[in-house]
Amino acid sequence: MPLVKQGRIITDAFAHVPDGAELPGDGAILISAARFLEDPEAFSRRTGKTGVIWPNNRDLDDLVPYLDRLAVVALVFPSFRDGRAYSQARLLRERHGYDGELRATGQVLRDQFVFMQRAGFDAFEVKKESDAEAFAATVKRYSVFYQPTGDGRVTALNRRMQSRHSESAAR
Amino acid sequence: MYAYDELDRTLINERVSEFRDQVKRRLSGELTEDEFKMLRLQNGVYLQLHAYMFRVAIPYGTLSSKQLRQLAHVARRYDRGYGHFTTRQNIQYNWIKLAELPDALSDLAEVGIHAMQTSGNNTRNVTSDQWAGVAPGEIEDPRIWSELLRQYTTLHPEFSFLPRKFKFAITASEHDRAAIKIHDIGLRLIKNADGETGFEVLVGGGLGRTPFIGKTIKPFVHGRDLLSYVEAILRVYNQYGRRDNIYKARIKILVHELGIEKFAREVEEEWQQLRDSALTLDHADIEEIRSRFSYPAYEKLPHMPDELKQAAHDPLFERWRKNSVFPHKVQGYSIVTLSLKPVGGPPGDATADQMDAIADLADRYSFGEIRVGHEQNLALPHVAKRDLPVLWKALDKIGVATPNVNLVTDIIACPGLDYCSLANARSIPIAQELTRRFANHDTANLIGRLHINISGCINACGHHHVGHIGILGVEKNGEEFYQITIGGRADENAEMGTLIGPAVPYAEVADVIEDIVEAYLALRDRAEELFVDTVKRLGVEPFRERVYATR
Amino acid sequence: MTSPLEQKKIRITKPSMVTANRTWDGAVIYRTAAKGWSTNLSDAAIVRTADEARELLAESIADDVGAIGAYIAPVEVKDTGKIEPGNLREQIRSEGLTIDLTVPA
Repeated sequence: MPLVKQGRIITDAFAHVPDGAELPGDGAILISAARFLEDPEAFSRRTGKTGVIWPNNRDLDDLVPYLDRLAVVALVFPSFRDGRAYSQARLLRERHGYDGELRATGQVLRDQFVFMQRAGFDAFEVKKESDAEAFAATVKRYSVFYQPTGDGRVTALNRRMQSRHSESAAR
Repeated sequence: MYAYDELDRTLINERVSEFRDQVKRRLSGELTEDEFKMLRLQNGVYLQLHAYMFRVAIPYGTLSSKQLRQLAHVARRYDRGYGHFTTRQNIQYNWIKLAELPDALSDLAEVGIHAMQTSGNNTRNVTSDQWAGVAPGEIEDPRIWSELLRQYTTLHPEFSFLPRKFKFAITASEHDRAAIKIHDIGLRLIKNADGETGFEVLVGGGLGRTPFIGKTIKPFVHGRDLLSYVEAILRVYNQYGRRDNIYKARIKILVHELGIEKFAREVEEEWQQLRDSALTLDHADIEEIRSRFSYPAYEKLPHMPDELKQAAHDPLFERWRKNSVFPHKVQGYSIVTLSLKPVGGPPGDATADQMDAIADLADRYSFGEIRVGHEQNLALPHVAKRDLPVLWKALDKIGVATPNVNLVTDIIACPGLDYCSLANARSIPIAQELTRRFANHDTANLIGRLHINISGCINACGHHHVGHIGILGVEKNGEEFYQITIGGRADENAEMGTLIGPAVPYAEVADVIEDIVEAYLALRDRAEELFVDTVKRLGVEPFRERVYATR
Repeated sequence: MTSPLEQKKIRITKPSMVTANRTWDGAVIYRTAAKGWSTNLSDAAIVRTADEARELLAESIADDVGAIGAYIAPVEVKDTGKIEPGNLREQIRSEGLTIDLTVPA
């Protein structure tokens, strides 16, 4: 599954380590929430970076205390119809101040990229190669946004207010 | 009327071009139907029995004449020359070709009309009172807030993949014409003690398989907090709404399972975190949206012009006026309802020619504005009273002056098994037969206000639960049967109807309805007692006895 | 008419065919014995056992680009060999609306 970051397909620096499999001595790893929570301190002692795959039905409160020591939080889209991870993403970014990599994983398709970006995702494990290749073009599809989110894009309402101010200033 | 600015126009054009690309990928096989289905649904495209069906949003039921002409154009150019107005201020086309849809959308975008989120598990078209802005006694125009919500809910990055569909309705009048109690979120615009605008917020109403009347979650949410409060509700729902069972995925089930108090606490907790966020609306934000609404320059006109006095001698005119003309907040003007329920016709349908003619009449007599109501009729919202006689003649000529508004033949009906792939039974021919049975206007007038609602399946698009008489099509051993309820209503006193007896076969429905109406005429204690009030006073039993005694 | 959209177990009590809608325009189509599609019910391949039906449905569903929502539906085969829809839903799909759209003057 191609990983897209900063608009480009890149090599995933994180090794997905399945539950039960032995951890590599060093290097970046991506592990399940359950495994991480068994002994969070153990991962701080490793030299490599740690990322956690967080299920979309598990309370974020269990994760929040450890956010500052995680390099990646991967949120899960078990199907493209299941939108719970969008809320989790916004909460992590906007409420809990998480600023590490926020990765979308699972059924990640082209037509969700803009929503995901706006919710705070900055890395995408894309299901189809062709969608990954189309990433840069797809995310440019929209230039107008009605809702304020943590991604900082100026909303339509703000743009209107700005142009109103500049109009009255010019007068 | 709300006028799109450059930003609104850009956004819908961007949406059209995205959809064009999605259709192209589907037709080339790059997208499977499973992947495409959700994408087409997010743009109002269903697959029905005969063809694709295309649902276009008419936000809060307001249309300009130019927009209505474009709806006519789409009916003519891409469909079979007619469209169907629904109970949620949408229009549906029944014979659209997928390959031509991007062009149809692009034509609609030219006049500021879109089909975004008219289906799928997202926030649907925001509906409102079709008399918004013109109804006497209205607190303020709810469409300002409807438009704020339309923009807020359009392509929302967090809430475009909810557990299930999600519908808003807003009213600002004491008499609820927007059926807010049967919506996922119902908003009743009110003023607080300081005269500030806010909303009583209801949540968890809805029909379908498990009908619920909405419950008040917060008696007053200040206007500035409307969006943050709505976001809190949607966030709680998005995270905790059930996704394991499509029939239990609506917010009404979550509210029911948690109980309104617990649900309200969850929302309150979330809202406390959100309330002072970028979603807070200041006065200037609201005024910015308000400034994009234009209002007619009404003339100072007499309450009773000569034209009206003269026309009063014509009994046919008077019959129509008393039935279809309603008071306007400005002296000398009226609101005129255009019945899309001709005797023998499919409820809510209009031909392209009718739409064009209505657009012309709107230009001449209603400041170019048309409204669409949840009863599947249209309205001209600003008609000078002096113009009523000539307007009546013109409306009659195109078949939209049947004087049956709010009467027994003003039937709400879903498309049913004639079109719909979900239906178990037909709705339209039942409605047509009933309009023939009650075609006599004097009889219908004698019966008085009586709403018959027909759905062809449990999904309840015809709002059968809240019809004064509700008719629900079911299937028994491959035959069409119909369950009949009485005593439902959709207004501020919303209630679900009660089953009156065993389901009856297709051929007997009209007889049973006639018997119910006859029972009512015998049971009512005076001519002014409406059907629904008689049922309330006496209960279902006396009706059951009379109607089913000989069956 | 129970919606056939969620057909899981295949049970056949009558002669049956496979029907769907054409992807590009949504038209009602029927699977033919020549592994193609036709807009005429009379061209439909008729199956009489669950195994035949399953096989016909599988090949129909495999044509994801050409057709959508394929399902098995009953037909009546007359003594003359004429194929007629086996229920009201299919009658409506094959013959059109049961209602008159024009309003009597």
